[in-house]
Amino acid sequence: MSHRFTPLIELTLARVREFFREPAAIFWVYGFPLIMAISLGIAFREKPKQQITVDLVGTTEGSRTGELRELLKRDTRFVVHEPTTESWKKRLRDGKTDLVVVASSDPASGDSPWEFWQEPRRAESLLARQAVENLLLKGQGGTVVVIADQELNEAGSRYIDFLIPGLLGMNLMGGGLFGVGFVLVDMRVKKLLKRFLATPLRHSDFLLSVMLSRLLFMVPEILALLGFSWLVFGVQVQGSFLELVAVIILGGFCFAGVGLLIASRATTLETASGLMNLLMLPMYVLSGVFFSSERFPAAMQPLVKALPLTALNEALRGVMLEGESLPALWRPIATLVAWGAVSFVIALRIFRWK
Amino acid sequence: MSDPKVRPAIHCRQLTKTYPGRPPVEAVRGVDLEVPVGECFGLLGPNGAGKTTTMEILEGLLDATSGDVEILGRHWGTDDRELRERIGVSLQETNLSDKLTVGEIVKLFRSFFRTGLTISQAIEQVALQEKVNARFSKLSGGQKQRLAIACSLVGDPELLFLDEPTTGLDPQSRRQLWDVISGFRNAGRTVVLTTHYMDEAEKLCDRVAIVDNGKVIALGSPRQLISQLGSEHVLEPSWVNNPPTEAELRTLPSVTLVRREDERYLMSVSEPHLALPALLDFTRQTGRELASLTTRHATLEDVFVTLTGRHLRDGDKGAV
Ligand SMILES: Nc1ncnc2c1ncn2[C@@H]1O[C@H](COP(=O)(O)OP(=O)(O)OP(=O)(O)O)[C@@H](O)[C@H]1O
Ligand SMILES: [Mg+2]
Repeated sequence: MSHRFTPLIELTLARVREFFREPAAIFWVYGFPLIMAISLGIAFREKPKQQITVDLVGTTEGSRTGELRELLKRDTRFVVHEPTTESWKKRLRDGKTDLVVVASSDPASGDSPWEFWQEPRRAESLLARQAVENLLLKGQGGTVVVIADQELNEAGSRYIDFLIPGLLGMNLMGGGLFGVGFVLVDMRVKKLLKRFLATPLRHSDFLLSVMLSRLLFMVPEILALLGFSWLVFGVQVQGSFLELVAVIILGGFCFAGVGLLIASRATTLETASGLMNLLMLPMYVLSGVFFSSERFPAAMQPLVKALPLTALNEALRGVMLEGESLPALWRPIATLVAWGAVSFVIALRIFRWK
Repeated sequence: MSDPKVRPAIHCRQLTKTYPGRPPVEAVRGVDLEVPVGECFGLLGPNGAGKTTTMEILEGLLDATSGDVEILGRHWGTDDRELRERIGVSLQETNLSDKLTVGEIVKLFRSFFRTGLTISQAIEQVALQEKVNARFSKLSGGQKQRLAIACSLVGDPELLFLDEPTTGLDPQSRRQLWDVISGFRNAGRTVVLTTHYMDEAEKLCDRVAIVDNGKVIALGSPRQLISQLGSEHVLEPSWVNNPPTEAELRTLPSVTLVRREDERYLMSVSEPHLALPALLDFTRQTGRELASLTTRHATLEDVFVTLTGRHLRDGDKGAV
């Protein structure tokens, strides 16, 4: 027994030692899932008291929607919002409201159906519709309530439309960080960086070449994703295609800059990939790739909005879904420019050439 | 621009390098070097002596902890771009891009320099013509080494730094590279190289510095250093049984030094025609029997052994 198992034990021990001597590994195995669980928990948190959010659009005093407003306000189960602009569509899509009641064009006619907008793929939305209907039935003493159910289903407002810009942003982030950061650290580890340094090659030429090649690799990647989603799902770009290209290039540069920053000091691939994951994984969760970042509580929003991927996704969705132009998206664009420029400048200053 | 005939190619004073850490490593501790233009200069020393560290400081790839360095009359930190155009460097280990071919790699390096050799010239110098289209990952160790040299030559440098250029090469490739290096030197250029091979240093280098523990412990032409031993020949006898003491052997004529390594003895002798018959007589008179006997010229290895009591390469008992 004694000798038979010593190699096994020693090897296992060696592995365990190696593992615990790598603080990054400990974080990834133990710390990271915890952080994921906490963030997702916050995003999909149980509301303290289950309330139904209803948006009322175009309500006027004395009309039947005005009466509905009074009914809803008296009932503690409901939270009423009255968005002034067309933002209710976005609110419905982002899950910020469960049901939207739009006042009909002819408020005098009591027979015209109620215009209920909902998101039939969300249980809360169906529940809200049911609850409001019941409320109306009670209020009207049992007369039939005619409801015209509407859902946001035109291209540009489906989940896939929401998802594709998010995936695009995620790709730009991963590609920028790995394509620049990993490549540079690999060169440093292999002493290729040192070898280049021993020639008259300019530092700026070298770094620019790495970033440029990254932008080139990006082209087929993006064309494939956009082409595929257009062919298969009919995902379209509502805004200008050129502006979309501009946002993509800006995003590419921004994350290439961040990748450069990560690569500027790291001397091992483990450090680099650890840093990259440390940066990327929270953004997968927080930055609205798979679900709207609006789901996070208001207190977290300034932080969430300051993340480069949130900004990129917002700009991409602005152009692709809302058909907005770049000036209207100045806030996320400025965030991207700031991240890219600050990272680039710091990276150039602290880059470990020697 | 100063006259290169007057200015040495390399001039450094009191160079030190301490790598931070626990404990810190004093890799170089006060090295003075002066290499005139046109010389082939060798740094010789065991593993960890500080050769690579010294080279990389001279190449401007590593910051010294203290000391002054002047290369081609210029200084790192102020004249980097000019210096980079004028020197060629081959590191001890570099993994060039695996996926590129020999031709592509040389072309890439050529593009960094304003002037230089043509790509085919550089490849011919190291006799890699047949491998122009082979990927780096498909080259043998020696071929990779030769490609690294080609990359250091492609900018047509005045001063060439080669860190262990021939380590791992077969004898034929080594000789080929020696020709390249001698040719470069014979064209009036300067070479600084490190090596573990005594024969290489003796053959190629006008002068060598023997480095140990971060210090230069001997400096001069290989011939000078060997003759400073006082005895330029070495006898290496071994006996079948009953090996004699070192003191007994030291009494023989013209023997200056005796060292014993297991079964084998190293006897430094100034006049082998006196020492050799005496050794044979001694063996016969004491009823011993020789197992082997070699005589050879003293080498730089013997210089190192005499100075430090150790061999240049651990576990490699003087086989040169
Ligand atoms: N980056 C580093 N950090 C810490 N110590 C180092 C570093 N590089 C080298 N050393 C140490 O400095 C000493 C000198 O190393 P150096 O590489 O200069 O030796 P060398 O003479 O080139 O040896 P070799 O013949 O094996 O190439 C060694 O003890 C080595 O362990
Ligand atoms: Mg070395």
